[in-house]
Amino acid sequence: MLRLPSFIKSPKDFFAGILFIAVAGVFASQLRDLPVGSAFRMGPGYFPMVLTGLLGALGLIIMVGGLRGKGEPISNVPWRGLLFVVLPVVFFGLTLKGLGLVPSLAVTVFATTLGSTHWNLRTALINTAVLTISGWLIFIKALGLPIPVFGPWAGGY
Amino acid sequence: MAGIISNLGLGFEQALSLTNLFYCFVGVFLGTVVGVLPGLGPIATIAMLLPVTLTLKPVSALIMLAGIYYGAQYGGSTTAILINVPGESSSVVTAIDGYKLARRGKAGYALATAALGSFFAGTVSTFLIAGFAPALAAFALKFGPAEYFSLMVLGLAASVSLAHGSIIKALAMVVIGLLLGTIGQDLYTGTPRFTFGSLDLSDGLEFVALAMGLFGIGEIVRNLEDESQRTAIVQKVTDLIPSKEELKRIIAPVLRGTALGSVLGILPGGGALLASFAAYALEKRVSRHRHEIGTGAIEGVAGPESANNAGAQTSFIPMLTLGIPSNPVMALMIGAMIIQGIVPGPNVINDKPELFWGIIASMWVGNVMLLILNLPLIGIWVKFLSVPYHVLFPGIMAVCCIGVYSVSNNPFDVFTMAAFGVVGYALVKLDCEPAPLLLGFIIGRMLEEYLRRAMLLSRGDPMVFFERPYSRYLLIAAILSLVVVLIPSVGKKREEAFRE
Repeated sequence: MLRLPSFIKSPKDFFAGILFIAVAGVFASQLRDLPVGSAFRMGPGYFPMVLTGLLGALGLIIMVGGLRGKGEPISNVPWRGLLFVVLPVVFFGLTLKGLGLVPSLAVTVFATTLGSTHWNLRTALINTAVLTISGWLIFIKALGLPIPVFGPWAGGY
Repeated sequence: MAGIISNLGLGFEQALSLTNLFYCFVGVFLGTVVGVLPGLGPIATIAMLLPVTLTLKPVSALIMLAGIYYGAQYGGSTTAILINVPGESSSVVTAIDGYKLARRGKAGYALATAALGSFFAGTVSTFLIAGFAPALAAFALKFGPAEYFSLMVLGLAASVSLAHGSIIKALAMVVIGLLLGTIGQDLYTGTPRFTFGSLDLSDGLEFVALAMGLFGIGEIVRNLEDESQRTAIVQKVTDLIPSKEELKRIIAPVLRGTALGSVLGILPGGGALLASFAAYALEKRVSRHRHEIGTGAIEGVAGPESANNAGAQTSFIPMLTLGIPSNPVMALMIGAMIIQGIVPGPNVINDKPELFWGIIASMWVGNVMLLILNLPLIGIWVKFLSVPYHVLFPGIMAVCCIGVYSVSNNPFDVFTMAAFGVVGYALVKLDCEPAPLLLGFIIGRMLEEYLRRAMLLSRGDPMVFFERPYSRYLLIAAILSLVVVLIPSVGKKREEAFRE
């Protein structure tokens, strides 16, 4: 685990504060083009401007609070779980139209099972088969979603 | 009174139609299942099913989603009593006394008490909703933009004061939610805001993607943190039918729990969770057997279990009559209404009486189903507990992925969900609860609209919010709800309540 500098007394507060300030920063960078208007006739920028200012201020207070009060350290992140949960979702989004539901879902589900430390091949394969088939039955056969079963990349249309 | 009966008649006509009976059953069945399964709650389930509800009629969709919510209250108590694992956060206090009763061989008594108490509370609150909701809706029709603005501020303030952990972080979460809600075209001018030039963002972030990311994907990652196997050793449940003395002993706590839960459910920010904690605290104070509470007293099951069901149901009142969500589940219900093209608010009761009364009547029907589902079939639910999480979560993932895509057949929503999965997990890691964010997001657009309209009407004078009497009361209530938790002694109590 990374050693944090000693002036950070409550890392959870400190980093939450930083995160809020960063979010406020992203919104602030986009505010310039939005007309603010007046309190009487508010423009599209008025409400977001007030909120951005408020968020920045709250973030600052929380961050400074993290330098003073004491707090628990941030517990370990399950990188394996995080990776094998988020990446398959992205893969699904990228390939669903191209590959079609069956290949895309099968790969997504199989990759997801790798997120658990209790992984074993048999359960993973059974899970993949069951979920792919029931996904096809429920969403395409029963609910009639307009998703190709096999997409153009997988030889379908 | 005659009005209530004819209204309920209309409702039962809807609720007892074959289609709606079916969806009510599906809802309470799923609710019981997710209530039993730790790691999968009603919020994630309702979020996952939102896309599916697109294919249903509005009444059926809302009846099913509502069933999931109150069904989960039943299921959550089963696991709390049998294996000391509260399936739902609102059953946390039930586990304290319920599990000790089960260890003494009184599991049947505890389970029967939970089910009967819930059923009684569910029946009473159904009639409460039928009695109060129309009056509240009629009253709300007089509201102008200023009152609506203040009402929403009260809702947000309450969600902040009831969130776990730091108040100021919860406040920041609401503000982030409101900001995320401003993404997309401006209501009045059509100017794109914070879209970074992307067409995918011009209609704003997809609500379903946000909810599924925060509560579905984020929750999965959090559950993968600690995969230590649950060892569920469940004794055989016997003696499900309580004796006369045993029944007598639960009457008072059930009545107290129902009353307290019904009131707390109506309050903005209230609902099942708050109701169960408060009822447990109340039993500890006033029960004749208060010294036994904590060591396996039936009052510690009867009170909170009645309260959480009453609270779960009366929290529908502000949602159905004012269009204000009092907790994240209600925010999802509002989302479901909007998806169906219904504008939530006081007009729903007049414009769509069959929808309004159908949902209310279905709650009572659903409670009957739950009573039947839960008592004789308890063995089946216990079996669900033996499904290990590593077998379960890929299925949750698959439903989330296909579901979110199907809302508008846009892969962008899938990416949004992935991103908010990471965000949701990071926020939980930093002790920031995502629920206020979701509330802020769903209320954001309405809040801005009413703010701008009110200011236009008052020619830019912000004092309008304090000059109009109802608006003033609502704002004072909002300020009070925040100030009260900042008082050190109350703040300490609040932390204790959440830690217990």
